[in-house]
Order: sequence, then C-alpha cells, then structure tokens
Amino acid sequence: MSTIAAPLVEMRAISKRFVRRADFAMRLARKLGAKGSDATVHALDQVSLAVREREVVGLVGESGCGKSTLGRIVSRILEPTEGERLWKGRPYRELDGRAARAERLAVQMIFQDPYASLNPRMRVVDLIGEAPVVHGLIGPEERESYVAEMLERVGMDASLMRRFPHQFSGGQRSRIGIARALAVRPGFLVCDEAVAALDVSIQAQVLNLFIRLRAELALTYLFISHDLGVIRHVSDRVVVMYLGRIVEAAPTAEIYAQPNHPYTAALIAEVPRVDAKRRVYVPIRGEIPSPLAPPPGCHFHPRCPHAFARCRVEVPLLREIAPGRVSACHLNDLP
Amino acid sequence: MSAALLEVEGLRTHFFTRAGVVKAVDDVSFRVERGRILGLVGESGSGKSMTGYSILGLVDPPGRIVAGRIALNGTDLTTLDEPRWRKLRGERIAMIFQDPMMTLNPVLRIDTQMVEAVCAHHDVSRTAALERCREALGHVGIASPEERLRNYPHQFSGGMRQRVAIAIALLNRPDLIIADEPTTALDVTIQGQILFEMQKLCRETGAGLLWITHDLSVISGLADDVCVMYAGRIVEAGTVDDVLEHPMHPYTRGLLDSVPGRNVPGRPLAQIPGMTPSLLELGEGCAFRERCTRAVEECRVAPPIRFPAAGRALRCVNPNP
Repeated sequence: MSTIAAPLVEMRAISKRFVRRADFAMRLARKLGAKGSDATVHALDQVSLAVREREVVGLVGESGCGKSTLGRIVSRILEPTEGERLWKGRPYRELDGRAARAERLAVQMIFQDPYASLNPRMRVVDLIGEAPVVHGLIGPEERESYVAEMLERVGMDASLMRRFPHQFSGGQRSRIGIARALAVRPGFLVCDEAVAALDVSIQAQVLNLFIRLRAELALTYLFISHDLGVIRHVSDRVVVMYLGRIVEAAPTAEIYAQPNHPYTAALIAEVPRVDAKRRVYVPIRGEIPSPLAPPPGCHFHPRCPHAFARCRVEVPLLREIAPGRVSACHLNDLP
Repeated sequence: MSAALLEVEGLRTHFFTRAGVVKAVDDVSFRVERGRILGLVGESGSGKSMTGYSILGLVDPPGRIVAGRIALNGTDLTTLDEPRWRKLRGERIAMIFQDPMMTLNPVLRIDTQMVEAVCAHHDVSRTAALERCREALGHVGIASPEERLRNYPHQFSGGMRQRVAIAIALLNRPDLIIADEPTTALDVTIQGQILFEMQKLCRETGAGLLWITHDLSVISGLADDVCVMYAGRIVEAGTVDDVLEHPMHPYTRGLLDSVPGRNVPGRPLAQIPGMTPSLLELGEGCAFRERCTRAVEECRVAPPIRFPAAGRALRCVNPNP
C-alpha cells in the first residue's frame, strides 16, 4: 500500500494541555502566601501522525497515555493547544464554508461505551436518521428507507428501527453506533476502544463488521485500543504511545515480530495469549507515572530495564530506524 | 482425589423474579485443590460471578441457592447460619472483586481497614495486627508499606488499589481465594504484575484459587484447570492444556476461534452467530443449540454430563471430533 499522495489526515506536532485552575481555597491560600499553581496535564506532547487514505492505523497505549485525546483531536471534538491539523494536505484553518462542513462529516467517531453514547430517549430511526437529514444528505421523506439501508449494512434487521436503545444488547448497540457514524457517509472513522466493552464472541462479530465495511466502503480507520490482539488483527500500521508521546510506529507485522522500543517490547511480551501455556510471568516493574508530573528525559526510563544516564536527562526524538519505521529511544544511537 | 479443598456439587442458584425464574446457576459441579488454580470462564450473564457469590453465601433475594452442596474442607457451607458464615468469610474464604473500590472504604485509611479485617477474626493487639498488615502489603509488591498504610484509597493508583484489595484478602491466610475478574480494569503491564503475584502467592501458601474471568488468554497463562460456563451451566471442564488445545464443546471452540490474536491479521474472525440467550427464555435442551453449528435433533433434550477422557467433563451430544 504505497501511495505518494498527501495523507488523508495529518497531525503536525500536536500538543494538548489540560489546565485545572486553582479552586477558591487554593486562591485564598495563595493570597495568604502559600505556594501552588494551576495543575497542568500534558496529555499530548509534540505528537505527529499521518494517516493515508484507506489505511488502518492502530493506536495502542495504556491508560493515561493520551490515545483518546489524540483521537478526539483528530475527530475535532477537542482543539489542540499547539500544532497543526491537515486534511488532504490543507490546514484545517484554511478550510471554510462548504469544505469545512464536508470535512467535518467525513471524519466520524465511534465511542467506547455502547450504553452511554446513545440517547436513551430517542428511537433508533431518529438516532441514525437525524444527522443525514439535518445535513441535507437525504430528504426527510427518505429517512426511513435510508435508516433501513444503514441497519442492514451493519447486519441488523430493519424492522427494529422503532425501538429504543435499552431494548438492544451491547453488541447490537455497538452496531447502532456504527450505523449512526456511517449515516453521514464518512471516509474516515475514529474508533475509540470500540470493541472493549463487548464479550469475546460479540467482539469478533463487530471486528468482522469493521473489516467488511472497510472493504465495502473504502474506509480509513484510526483504531484506538489497549488490546494488542485487536490492534494486530485490524491494523496495517501500529503507533505506540506512552505518557503523551509516540514512542514507536511501524507496520503491524514488523512491530510484533521485532519491537524496537523497550516499552513496545514489554507491552507485546505482557499480552496474555491463548497459546502461551502456563507461563511464568516476568512483569515490567513500576507504575505508570502520573501525567501531572511525568519523569524528565525519556518518560519510560524509570521502568526501562535498559535505561542509562542519557535517558534521564534528554528526551529521545522519533527517528527513522528502517524504512517506514520510527522509534524514540536512545539505545538506537549506541554503536 | 480425596477431600478436595472446595467441592461444589449440583449447585443451583435461582432468582425468583416477577418475570419468572432465572436459573443463573444450574447444576454446577467442580472442585478446587489446594495450591491449584481453577479458571471459571464465561461471557457476561453466564453465571460465573453468581457461582462465586454462592460459594461465599452472598446471594441476595430474590436469589436463593435451591439445591447443591458446597463443601470446604469437607464441611457443607449451605447449611451454615449467619454467625458461622461471618466467621468464615475473610478468614477461610476471601474474595477479590473486579473494582477494588468495592472492597475499600474511601473515607478510611488503609491501616484502619486492614487492622479491622485482622481483629475481626483474631484476638491480637493492634501492633501485632499492624505488623501483619505490613507483611501482607510487602507480599503483594507494594513498596514502603510502612508509609502506604497511612494513605487513603484515593492516593493509590488502580493497580495499587487492587494490590491492597489482594493484601486484605490474604491477611488471614485463607484456604480459598475467589477472584472475580480482578485484572479486567487494569492495564496490560499492571495486569501482568498482578497475575505474577497471584501465581506466586498461590504456589507459596498452598491456597486454592478460583479465578473468574471472561478472558481465555488470562486463564491459559495462569490456571491449572478450567471450567467453561454458558447460560448457567458448565459445558466443558478439564485441565487448561487439554481444553485449550482440544476443545470438544462447540462453544469453547467458538470462543477460542474468536480471539483476535490467534487469527491471521486482517482476515475475518471465526464468529459465533447470534447472542447470549436471555436466561428467562431458556427452554429445555442445550442452551447453545441456537448458535451451534453442530446442533442435531438430540440437542433438544438437555445433554447429560459425560466424561470423555480422564479429568475431562463435557455437556454435548455432538462434540467436536
């Protein structure tokens, strides 16, 4: 899949900081001479990511690594603090009017919780049919036939469209969430832990649906998950994040066969696998540090078995280690 | 095979709701040996958690254990009265829940909660109890237990909280530990650490461990034996190696095939059609037959339990060859 065309979506040096303003008690204490400042969380730190057309990029990381924040910035739910977003090679802020609207519809998000992401007081026909009518993709009179078409596309019976979300199981709700996203004819889906809440047998059904839709509708995915098995199955390329930074990105087969960054290696070694028989666990040590006070230098150094002096002071930069592969580790500079 | 640590025989826990009788646990039998780990696997609604609660006597109305025998060290638990239960829980049987905040009181310091758990069962001084708590925290890999004892639960991370919950469960050196999805909410690297600690503790102390989970891949690395549950019944049981390598029940086979890591990337996963049936609408016969590719006419009658090989049990009339 080598294309020279500009990537569909590109993030350039995106940073996102969440600031918690000091509350009244804190401000009062400060007036009285106490020390203290607003708490800042560096959710994303100079993250660059390009997704080419028809590519599936898997984004993995543990909780608090900023993967969901990045997903939300890509789908324009959040604004980045710094950095630039490009759509088909053009910066977002240059898009206006019709182009901006078209772009907004082209990127849709699928959420983790199939219970919280559907309005419990709306019928399925309204949940799915509202947006395409509002955006003028279909006329109001076509709504029901259009919703029926969408439901069939995700493998559900069209006769269920008059029901409310609570009448469906978790797997069916996931399908409704997908149908709702597809209803505005997007080209790019951001799936944030879209199968995490489902049972294994249902998860397999929904993953198959994603794979089938990709082929049928020529979709591009940013697939966010903490589950390396899921990521391996659906992605062409894997991006690994740790505490707000990308530590490694590589084609799927290569990263699983030969992880470069020690964190990636640890993650892959740690995944419980069905074919790994009663193994002795050799866990990596330590906790995930708080993003409120990340360690200096390489964020991973306190847990890294190979850390040396330079890792504690200097932030490793993402560098190409092989064609199509980047990694941010000082070990790669050692002879 | 005599005098297992825990022996469950023909356990039935039913819920008498207005809509009808829900057979959450329906004729479940298994045994846990000392120093061994039994994995109880099933999807949501399969009755795996309710089996754990039944062993602890924690079934709330409208639920009730209607039949069966639960024997710990040879004593039947189903006939115990409430004061005897209280002595047993936390002392001989301990439970670890999925969400450690279910175990921990958010407004009490860790030491208060842990000392309480010791003093509830043993007549010891506070200093001696504290010493025991420190030891337990050290065992589960919490650094500087001395200082951590004086913290509140919110000052711990998710993984650390789960360690504290495990430490509390271990305080009185129970014979049996029931763990209900304790690592599901945790990150992969933290999950690895906890699994490592649990495996070690079980081997060292000789306690039996019943590990309830939906995740077959966790079981394959951790457990010695496995029971697969579907709609309130155990459909297949055996040692982990046997069951995962040669699944005989079509459901076990389907579950294994739908794990993404085992399939060729990008290719469609083998999937089990349909969804888990409502326990209210279960008829006679095998509960899985509607979703089963190997279903035959005989499946309309509830399949009896069979023992196709040494140490294996199966409820299927037309198993995988």
